[in-house]
Amino acid sequence: MSKKQNKLEALNLDAYYGDFHALKGINIAMEEKAVTAFIGPSGCGKSTFLRTFNRMNDYIDGFRVEGQILLDGKDIYQKEVRVDELRKEVGMVFQKPNPFPKSIFENVVYGLKIQGIKKKSVLEEAAEQSLRNAALWEEVKDKLDKSALALSGGQQQRLCIARALAISPSVLLMDEPASALDPISTAKIEELIYELKNDYTIVIVTHNMQQAGRVSDYTAFFYMGELVEFNKTKTMFTSPKDERTQNYITGRFG
Amino acid sequence: MTNSDINRLKDKAFQVFGVFCTFIGLVVLGIFLIDIIIEGVQRLNWDFLVNLPSRRASRAGILTAWVGTLWILVLTTIIAFPLGVAAGVYLEEYGKKNKMANFLEINIANLAGVPSIIYGLLGLEIFVRQMRLGGSLLAGALTLSLLILPIIIVTTREAIKAVPRSIRDGSFALGASKWQTVWHQVLPASFGGILTGIILALSRAVGEAAPLIVIGALAYVPFTPSTPLDEFTVLPIQIFNWTSRPQEAFLTNAAAAIIVLLVITFLLNGIAVYLRNKQQRKVRW
Repeated sequence: MSKKQNKLEALNLDAYYGDFHALKGINIAMEEKAVTAFIGPSGCGKSTFLRTFNRMNDYIDGFRVEGQILLDGKDIYQKEVRVDELRKEVGMVFQKPNPFPKSIFENVVYGLKIQGIKKKSVLEEAAEQSLRNAALWEEVKDKLDKSALALSGGQQQRLCIARALAISPSVLLMDEPASALDPISTAKIEELIYELKNDYTIVIVTHNMQQAGRVSDYTAFFYMGELVEFNKTKTMFTSPKDERTQNYITGRFG
Repeated sequence: MTNSDINRLKDKAFQVFGVFCTFIGLVVLGIFLIDIIIEGVQRLNWDFLVNLPSRRASRAGILTAWVGTLWILVLTTIIAFPLGVAAGVYLEEYGKKNKMANFLEINIANLAGVPSIIYGLLGLEIFVRQMRLGGSLLAGALTLSLLILPIIIVTTREAIKAVPRSIRDGSFALGASKWQTVWHQVLPASFGGILTGIILALSRAVGEAAPLIVIGALAYVPFTPSTPLDEFTVLPIQIFNWTSRPQEAFLTNAAAAIIVLLVITFLLNGIAVYLRNKQQRKVRW
C-alpha cells in the first residue's frame, strides 16, 4: 500500500441476518482520499458491507456483526459510539435518488437543521457550497425554493450528494449511485466522484465493471459473503489473481 | 361452442352481474335519499335550526342537537387524534415486529369491528360511573373516542407504511434520530392520509346514537351545553326519538334532521376526499 493513511478498516468482520451468514471474515483497509469500488454479483454482501460503515444495518431486525470496523483507527461498533455522530463523519448516497418531498434548499440543509443549526446565513452559505461541490449550483440556484421532486433523476442524485456533503463528512459511501440514471447523468456523477476524491474518502458499490474501472483507485471483489480479492483497480482488471475474479470481470457470470 | 367462446361468455356474464351489484347499493341509497329529501325539505328552515326542542312538532327545533353534535365532534377530535396517531406511530416505527406486535395488530383490527353499543356499556361503567362524569359531553366524547381509536390507529399505520423506506434511510444517513425522522419526514409525508382516516372516523362517530343513549345522553335537553360537563343530546338521538313518536309531524321533523346530519357527514367526507387528492398531487414518490 502507499504512504497515505488508512481511513477505513475492517478486521475479521462477520455479519449475520438472523441465521444467514452474510459476511465472512472480512479484512480490508481503505486508503484516505481514494476511491474504493466494491464489485460482485447480486447478493454477495457488498451492499451489506458498505452499510456497516455508517451502521445503517442497525435498524434491521436480527442483524448483528462480529469483529471490528475502524474509522480513523477507532472501532465504530463500540457501545460509546453515537450513531448520529458517526453519520456526520460518514455520509451516504443511495441507489435510487431519494430527495425528501421538500424544497431543494430544505433538502440540502436538512442534516444541518437536525443538528440544531438555525442561523439563516450559515444555512444559505452551506447550501451554496454543497451544491457547488455537487456540480448542481448553476442548474438550481434560481429555484432553491422549488420542490426537489421536480428535478430530473440525475439532478436529484446530485442533490442527494450535495445533501450528504453539507454536513461535511470525511467519508462518502455510495451504493450504486448511478444505476438508476441515464448515461449522461451517469457520466456527470462519475466526473463528480473524480472531483470529490480530492477531499473525501469514497467507497462505491457498483454493478458496472467499466464504472469501477473508470472511477476507482482500488477494487474489492466480493463473492458469497467473502472478500475474494482486493487490489489496485488497474492490477485487478489486468491481472486478477483469483480465478473467480477473472471470471466475473470478464463477464462469465454475475 | 369452442372453449374461448365460453370464456368470453363467462366474462360478459360477470360484467353484467358486477354492474347489477354496483347499482343495487346505489339505487337503494338514492331512493332513500330522495324520499328523505321530499319529506324533510319542507320542514327545513331557519326556525327549525335555532329552535329548542318542544312537545309540539311544529315548534320543535334541533338547536340543542346540532350544537351537541358539534361539541361531541370537537371533543372527540381533541381526545382521539393525539392518542390514535401516537399509537399508530409507535406501532409502525418503534414497536419491534414480534409476536406481541402481531397480537396487538390483530386485536386492534378486531376492536374496530366491535359493535358500538358495547363501547357504550364500557363508557357507562368507566366514564359515567367510575369517573363520575354522568351523562355529560365529556363522557360521550370519551366513549366515542374509544370507538374510533382503532380506526384511527389502523389508518395512521397504513398512511405511515406508504412512506417509502428510502426517505427514512435518507434521513437516518444524515444523522437524524428516529424521532427527528418521524417528525420531519414521516409525519409530514403521511399527514394527508392520517387526516383522511381521522375525518372518516369522525364521520362515523357523528352518526352514532346507540353508545350515547347507553351512557345516558338525553333526547330532551332544553338548553345548549356550555361546558364539557353539561348534559347533551346529538342529532342521531333526536332523530331516533322523533321517529319513535306516533305523530306524522314528528316523522317530518326527523326527515329534516336527517338532512342536516347527512350534510354534516358529507361535508366531513368531502373534506377527507379533498385532502387525499391534495396530498396525492403534492407527493409523487
